[in-house]
Amino acid sequence: MLEFLYLIPLFPLLGVVLNTFVLRGQPEKLVGGVAAAMVGASFVVAAGAFFQLLGMPAESRHFEQELFRWIVVGNFSAQAGFLADQLSMIMMLVVTGVSFLIHVYSIGYMHGDAGFRKFFIYLNLFVFFMLLLVMGSNYLVMFVGWEGVGLCSYLLIGFWFTDELKASAGKKAFIMNRIGDFGFLLAIFLLWTTFGTINFREIEPMAQAYPVGAGVITAICLLLFMGATGKSAQLPLYTWLPDAMAGPTPVSALIHAATMVTAGVYMVVRSNFLFSLSPMAMDVVAWVGGITALFAATIGLVQTDIKKVLAYSTVSQLGYMFLACGVGAYTAAVFHLMTHAFFKGLLFLGSGSVIHGMSDEQDIRFMGGLKDKMPTTYKTFLVGTLAIAGIPGLAGFFSKDEILWKTFESHNYALWAIGATAAFCTAFYMFRLLFLTFFGKFRGSKAQEHHVHESPKLMTIPLIVLAVLSVLGGYVGVPHALGGHNNFHEWLLPILSETGEHAGAHHGVPTAEYVLMAVSVLIALIGIFVAKSWYLGKSSLVESLGKSGTRNLLYNKYWVDQIYDTMISQPLVKLSEIFARYVDQGTVDGSVNGLGATVSGIGGIVRKVQTGVTQNYAVIMSLGVVLLLGTLLWSVLG
Amino acid sequence: MDSGDFMGVLPELIVVVTALLAILADVASKGRNPSAAQGVTVLGLAVAAAVALISPSEQTMLMAGQLFNDGFSAWFRALFAVAGLATAIFSPLYLTHRKIRLGEYYSLLAMCVFGMMVMSAAANLLLFFVGLETMSIALYVLVSFRRDDAASVEGGLKYLVLGAFSSAFLLYGMALIYGGIGSLDYVAIGEALRQSDGIGPMTVTGIGLLLVGFAFKVSAVPFHFWSPDVYEGAPTTITAFMSTGAKAAAFVGLIRVFGVALILTSEHWTTALSVMAALTMTVGNFVALRQTSVKRMLAYSSIAHAGYLLVGIVAGTPQAFAAAGFYLIGYALMNLGAFGVLMLINQRGKGDYSFESLRGMGTVYPVLGLMMSVFMFSLIGIPPTAGFFGKLYVFSAAIEQGHLWLVIIGLLNSAVAAYYYLKVVSTMFMAKPEGDVAISQPFAYKAVLAISSLLIIVIGLFPDQLVTAMLRAVP
Repeated sequence: MLEFLYLIPLFPLLGVVLNTFVLRGQPEKLVGGVAAAMVGASFVVAAGAFFQLLGMPAESRHFEQELFRWIVVGNFSAQAGFLADQLSMIMMLVVTGVSFLIHVYSIGYMHGDAGFRKFFIYLNLFVFFMLLLVMGSNYLVMFVGWEGVGLCSYLLIGFWFTDELKASAGKKAFIMNRIGDFGFLLAIFLLWTTFGTINFREIEPMAQAYPVGAGVITAICLLLFMGATGKSAQLPLYTWLPDAMAGPTPVSALIHAATMVTAGVYMVVRSNFLFSLSPMAMDVVAWVGGITALFAATIGLVQTDIKKVLAYSTVSQLGYMFLACGVGAYTAAVFHLMTHAFFKGLLFLGSGSVIHGMSDEQDIRFMGGLKDKMPTTYKTFLVGTLAIAGIPGLAGFFSKDEILWKTFESHNYALWAIGATAAFCTAFYMFRLLFLTFFGKFRGSKAQEHHVHESPKLMTIPLIVLAVLSVLGGYVGVPHALGGHNNFHEWLLPILSETGEHAGAHHGVPTAEYVLMAVSVLIALIGIFVAKSWYLGKSSLVESLGKSGTRNLLYNKYWVDQIYDTMISQPLVKLSEIFARYVDQGTVDGSVNGLGATVSGIGGIVRKVQTGVTQNYAVIMSLGVVLLLGTLLWSVLG
Repeated sequence: MDSGDFMGVLPELIVVVTALLAILADVASKGRNPSAAQGVTVLGLAVAAAVALISPSEQTMLMAGQLFNDGFSAWFRALFAVAGLATAIFSPLYLTHRKIRLGEYYSLLAMCVFGMMVMSAAANLLLFFVGLETMSIALYVLVSFRRDDAASVEGGLKYLVLGAFSSAFLLYGMALIYGGIGSLDYVAIGEALRQSDGIGPMTVTGIGLLLVGFAFKVSAVPFHFWSPDVYEGAPTTITAFMSTGAKAAAFVGLIRVFGVALILTSEHWTTALSVMAALTMTVGNFVALRQTSVKRMLAYSSIAHAGYLLVGIVAGTPQAFAAAGFYLIGYALMNLGAFGVLMLINQRGKGDYSFESLRGMGTVYPVLGLMMSVFMFSLIGIPPTAGFFGKLYVFSAAIEQGHLWLVIIGLLNSAVAAYYYLKVVSTMFMAKPEGDVAISQPFAYKAVLAISSLLIIVIGLFPDQLVTAMLRAVP
């Protein structure tokens, strides 16, 4: 199947073409069905390729497919090519698999929307670009995918663009991402000038020649990470992601939880051979990730919009992944990326189901008691909540615990404490969300109560599948301490340069690991208990909490948006006003007017010449001839 | 003429036969219905283009060394035929609207294509001149084809007078070169220059006059004055054809004569040519900036594009010529497309070409608007379009030869150009449509537009394929 690698991104692209040109005016089922089938076909090919890769010996598990010479200018050359190895294979499976489920779900969710076909065109286009991003064999192909998913994200956030707020959320996402992209682009330039190539597998051996801590490598890594903070919504560029919830909920699930936002993590892991050479960059990654994990989790504690809670949760979980990267536990990062795609995709789709059933209500203060009215949604949502909270036996437990353990093991105790605190917050806000939504009395309007219904099969089946994955997905990476083999780790290991690697094998009695595991489970249980005692059955607390100063600070997201507005946006606007008035209208317009006068002056001459009097043309031509011949003859005689 | 020669000039023969058949078809319809002539022309040019592309093009000479049969002539013969084909498909809509029912229009169009083919394949200055005049005389008539329109007739006359003026320089230059070097044959001239150690005043004067002739045809400043008036007055179909096909033919000649045969004398004319290139880019752009008529804007901007192309000639390496070839192909696609959309929209209302007439048409006809945006983005040079890579290749070839300041001027000019090209897009999408917006869109017409916009994107996505082909084809 590996030789058909190119088919994987081609199918979704075909879906775009079909839906754009052929299926115009066709019924929804056909439009959505074709779009979903295309992604499904990609998944099948990816699965085939995966098994073929699995059959190869571990050290030769890579397949590079050169498609064509893409750009050759001067001594710069870039190939368009794909790379299938242990890492990109996992990404391909996650992207196509989760996308397929979300496509199916969307057929139900977007039913009746005026932009139904457009939605699926964008969604397929997104999958195409996402696959380019993870499959590219060099940084430039990755960058094309990177920009492409950014575009699709913009289009889909502002999908209901007639709403001004939603349209500007799209713009915000785009601009925040551009800031990060700038860093990524500079990193690519620097990679080219340093190594003379941008191909991953060519750079890797060359990078080994550099000493640990080499300045240029650190610069490259920091610039790459700057790109990652934009795309993966880390401090300080995270503010776009909560606003991105303005898009349709399947988009939030697919792009802003399961796939696109993890692109930054993928990029850092992909570049692990560079990051491992730069302890400083690693520290930056670890600390930014750790702080973001806690910071976003605290904001999530008090949000009242169901999707906003999940959005901050996503930012926080992405922080965990970067934390893992920063302490050199790349496999843990990818493992958590995968399990997160399952349970966060599930939670978002679940919230979509709730919103759907609640006639577009998103505020959890006006929900409650949906447990019996939407049983499937409730049960699957519960699974997702347990998984993200880190309850043993579910996927999130294994992956999050591995990150915390690796952080501890690498002697970053402060970061471990931050991560553990964030884990407490996570358990708390997720159960708060669960209790407020599904338990207690119904707090919405009569009309909503009358309307509440379980979602159609097309939506609940993907929920069930993702719930199953949220449970089973963790068992590919059961740690040795719990008697597992951590197959996931073994699979990825050949292409990663993990720092704490030697620790993987030595295990006598992993007492410390057991203790830490117990601690994190305890933390999660306390979080759940607090949430239960505060919110279960006492809906009065829902309102009364609004008074305290801390809550205000958290509810207003540490005023970061306002700070950005006053510190950056407003001064920029002021500055541009100054520029507009003095530089543009004064200097530029002045000089343009001056130039205009000159041009008009010249234009006057030109126009005088261009009056249409042929003789004048001939005169000027003759002058030109004289000048030309003069210079030529001068070069011979002079 | 052996069979190899015959096969080599088959595209030319097909075009000549097409021209004659078009006249016959017109006679057969008693001059009342030009569609027969149009059909013959479309078919003939399509066949000629196909033959030009599939016929083997090894680096050989034809007709006792009179014609090149290389990759460059193959590509450009095909390009001219395609440009003529597109023009022929665009024409009925335009001509019917203006009640012109003369079938010889198509015959003249085919004759033009024939002249261009000879220009691009000629290996001898005299033969080049014959090709040039064949094209030009047909164009003089075509420009003034709207006999009831003063601007059209005036444009044709101006073109004729100034064309004759420039031809005189060209011919005199050839005579002096013959006097100085002793041959009109490109290969022989190159060989003689290799043998000699420097050239005298007579030869250099000849070269200078020859350059004037070429500069006139590619409308380089200060020999460009004819082109705005002529482009404005000519039927828009012919403007589109001239600004793409005729310009490309002159550039291929320029590459063969100055880029190959006379390249050893480049120290004498490179400076003059780079000044000309800088002036041409700048004047073309700045005057285009102030136009209120889209047709006139495109006319001036085509002067600017000639300036970018001259940068490639200044660079003077095979890479630069391949880049120029790439640029010419891309430019033909986007400019024909831009004029095509303009003429479609122009059917309505007063029939002027003001920016106003485009208002909101992109929202009324989204596909048309999208295609126009592709053409405009490509004309600006935004990736991933053919226009971007054309500029990239030309400029990078120039930088390699150390012409940094020329490239800087070129880049600044590209930025200026963005303004007036984007104005087209923004007028089409941001403004509200006014008045009657109904236009007819014949299938073949739209197909040409769709294919050119697609090709622009495809070339923009896979530029290496075309530029490699050009590198192989370059003389």
